[in-house]
Amino acid sequence: MMVTGVTKRISAIRFAMLSPEEIRKMSATKVITADTYDDDGFPIDMGLMDPHLGVIEPGLRCKTCGKKVDECPGHFGHIDLAMPVIHVGYVKEIKKLLQSTCRSCGRLLLTKDQAQEYVSQRDRMEELTGDSFESSHISAESAKDASSRTMCPHCNAVQLKITLDKPTTFREEGHKLTPKEVRERLERVPDGDLIVLGIAPSVCRPEWMVLTALPVPPVTVRPSITLDSGDRSEDDVTHKLVDVLRINQRLRENRDAGAPQLIVEDLWELLQYHVTTYFDNQTSGIPPARHRSGRPLKTLVQRLKGKEGRFRSNLSGKRVNFSARTVISPDPMLSINEVGVPIAAARELTVPIRVTERNLAIAKEMCARGPAPEGPVYKPGVNYVIRTDGRRIKITDKNAETVAEVVEPGYVVERHLLDGDIVLFNRQPSLHRMSIMAHEVRVMPYKTFRFNLCVCPPYNADFDGDEMNLHALQSEEARAEAKVLMRVQEHILSPRFGGPVIGAIHDHITGSFILTHKNSSFTREETMKILEKAGVASLPKPAVKSPVERWTGKQLFSMILPTDLHMTFKSSICQKCNECMKEKCENDAFVVIRNGQLISGTIDEKALGAFKGRVLDKLSRDYGSDASRAFIDKATKIAVGAITIRGFTTGIDDEDIPNQAKREIDDAMVQARLKVEEHIKAYRNGELEQMPGRSLEETLEVEIMKVLGKARDTAGQIAGRHLGLENSAVIMARCGARGSMLNLSQMAGAIGQQAVRGERLSRGYWNRTLPHFKQGDLGSQARGFIKNSYKSGLTPTEYFFHSMGGREGLVDTAVRTSRSGYMQRRLINALEDLKVMQDGTVRNTADTIIQFLYGEDNIDPARSVQGDPVDVDDVLLTVLGDKGELIAQIQEKGVVSYGIQDRDMLETPEESEAGDDSDFDIGGEGE
Amino acid sequence: MTEEFNVLEHELVPEHHILPKKEVAKVLKELNLGKDQLPKIRLSDPCIRALDAIGGPVEEGMIIKIVRRSDTSGMSVCYRLVVRG
Repeated sequence: MMVTGVTKRISAIRFAMLSPEEIRKMSATKVITADTYDDDGFPIDMGLMDPHLGVIEPGLRCKTCGKKVDECPGHFGHIDLAMPVIHVGYVKEIKKLLQSTCRSCGRLLLTKDQAQEYVSQRDRMEELTGDSFESSHISAESAKDASSRTMCPHCNAVQLKITLDKPTTFREEGHKLTPKEVRERLERVPDGDLIVLGIAPSVCRPEWMVLTALPVPPVTVRPSITLDSGDRSEDDVTHKLVDVLRINQRLRENRDAGAPQLIVEDLWELLQYHVTTYFDNQTSGIPPARHRSGRPLKTLVQRLKGKEGRFRSNLSGKRVNFSARTVISPDPMLSINEVGVPIAAARELTVPIRVTERNLAIAKEMCARGPAPEGPVYKPGVNYVIRTDGRRIKITDKNAETVAEVVEPGYVVERHLLDGDIVLFNRQPSLHRMSIMAHEVRVMPYKTFRFNLCVCPPYNADFDGDEMNLHALQSEEARAEAKVLMRVQEHILSPRFGGPVIGAIHDHITGSFILTHKNSSFTREETMKILEKAGVASLPKPAVKSPVERWTGKQLFSMILPTDLHMTFKSSICQKCNECMKEKCENDAFVVIRNGQLISGTIDEKALGAFKGRVLDKLSRDYGSDASRAFIDKATKIAVGAITIRGFTTGIDDEDIPNQAKREIDDAMVQARLKVEEHIKAYRNGELEQMPGRSLEETLEVEIMKVLGKARDTAGQIAGRHLGLENSAVIMARCGARGSMLNLSQMAGAIGQQAVRGERLSRGYWNRTLPHFKQGDLGSQARGFIKNSYKSGLTPTEYFFHSMGGREGLVDTAVRTSRSGYMQRRLINALEDLKVMQDGTVRNTADTIIQFLYGEDNIDPARSVQGDPVDVDDVLLTVLGDKGELIAQIQEKGVVSYGIQDRDMLETPEESEAGDDSDFDIGGEGE
Repeated sequence: MTEEFNVLEHELVPEHHILPKKEVAKVLKELNLGKDQLPKIRLSDPCIRALDAIGGPVEEGMIIKIVRRSDTSGMSVCYRLVVRG
């Protein structure tokens, strides 16, 4: 249960260095032998596994503090180094210090006055509570100033140039400085001069940067693992320490025996190498120390650094219990608030239930069922019971009955998931808040998570093998909070652009199009089939009574609209004619909803679609999330019903065009080719008229691109003449379900020019793209124009050009995702602790102001209308009632753009769709 | 060389005003803030130097009122504390 401790406030944190004395003082034992265990498997005293350093084996007691495994935190030991070595982490500081102090007297190479000036600067900074960054800036400046001197102002000694030979060798005009000499120099620097350099001498003497003693971390930090075979496998850090000890020992022996200077120096350098790699095994300039298998060792820095390091993977992020992950699949019969959870997962994920007198009987019953109840109907069992004394009992089939008997108020029973439980559902990458939403559980057979297709866009999910995570909430408070704040229906409107992110996609849009387009009508049987799933109980009066009763799709759709809804807008299928015919639009693209009745217009992407759905937008804004959730649920069912009754399929024959049209396209292509050749000829003859601001070559390119662009459009138009609304592919493209007319014209007409970096293809061989062409050939075919369609098939050269263009798309997406991911990370890190306060100000954790008024207008973008605080058009419609004419007039004039028009922001999802199309070319995306 | 010009007159630079001493307490009360919670602006900031030259000496601890055009609300006001540097 929750343990509430004493809350304390950290007033300051100070970082300092360990002095050799401190290292020895905190050491539980000196470590001298490189061996860990003796032949009997007992740790050797004064070895790396000395029992004074803590316990890792259960049952044993620590020799230092006498505690058992989980109680003893472990204790440091130390190694006395035979010769001093440089600490890699401090080489920069050592270099700075050596360069800015005198080689003979050790004073800082600044006059008294200069030094004083820097000190006072720093004082001023601290007074203004300047951050550490500013302070380090001053120290860097003073050090730079000092190191530029060539003569000591105190003892007049001439200074020699000190260079750092990476990673740890210092040279003075070529002469090598041993760590010992470095340490001696650092020792000479007086305390007073260190303050100028930004070092507090009371806690950080610079000579401590050259190690004479090495702390040995407790065994708990580097536990050894016993393999199944009984062999012991040591931690990488232990391995490294063994190396250090071994060389340290040899160095001491050789030095004491008076071995030749050369040998001692070699060993000393080897010791330096081992100590360096002990700290950081990725130090540039030296080969990483490797395991016997060839794998580089993971030493101290590697444990902390990077994505897999302690910070990012253990402190900022953690592994959790009560979570599940599996493949997702669609289920239009679920509400958008629900998630289908496989029985296997529901039996593993549990919710703690506190037993009271009121639920005692139920708790006992669930408990008695055990962890795996059988039977045709899913019934929740219990995995664990927590007694009043806090002991956790695992329920098995055997003990279920007996435990159930002892369950009494005060116990906690961890029962399996039930329908209606609130869980969090998440898909990575979690780029915005809609990536984790709260769903209600529906326990279902089979092995996938299922959810309503309308929730795909916020998760950016599809079902080509995507997996998602689910987390069962463990406290009432968390469940309540999730239900209020994180439920799917609360996220229909996105804070990104003030419009719906949850809405119909693909077949749902097609379905509603089929249902409502023009005068589609349905028989009684069909009507019932469509409406029953949506839970509509009564039928309206049929629109046509004889010979048989028929209901129009518009009538059916009106059944799920609130009765007081008024709306007027243009559908996606709107052709943007010069003069709008309004209700009499021949494409049925002018949507008029009065009193909840769809009077004219087609319900398609503009009405229901995620990102664009005007009806969704209006419903969730004016009728609340409950109503819009209910609407979306019904709309999906109606749309699915409609599309099932009519039947819908698309295939390559949707792009069939008559032979006559094919010939026309061929003709157009020939014309284009000839025209290009004409341009080239004009260019060769110097007759081409130069465009202002462009060279002659560029002019030619622009002209050719123009001709070829037009050629593709012509081909598309010719093909388009034979692709009417009776064509499935065209229906999808026009109503916004999937694909575009451009895609269709590329399939049926011609693919057109391929481009890399916005230009016609030109690279590959000398002055030509492929050896199939003459050098310097500027013609359409030689520079990547594809006159064929996807349907008619590409020639080998065309295929190659298409791959060139396609490759650029792939490279771009790869580059874009990694770069934007990094940018997002940085942005989130900068913004994560900002908060909008009650007074509308935005503040950080230090309570200082970031913005005086959130967004400068105090508008919650999720409740805005496409970013604007008020939807003026909607207000007008409400106030002026059905004088729709007037509103239309105002709109027509475009006096003010109220942001109701599509903003480019709304186009972004389209763009990513375009990227999606590439999986067409590559063949499956696969996870 | 380049001509001297007043940065405050540049179209991309928002209006800067010295907040009169009398109003300081009032504004801070309105915002329910201590001086140290305000965003900072340095004495060496080009705008402050220009303001210093035109509107009399600007000292550390004074508050600058900045009025800028805003995409979302038309106009927005914010305050900054002058700090040394």
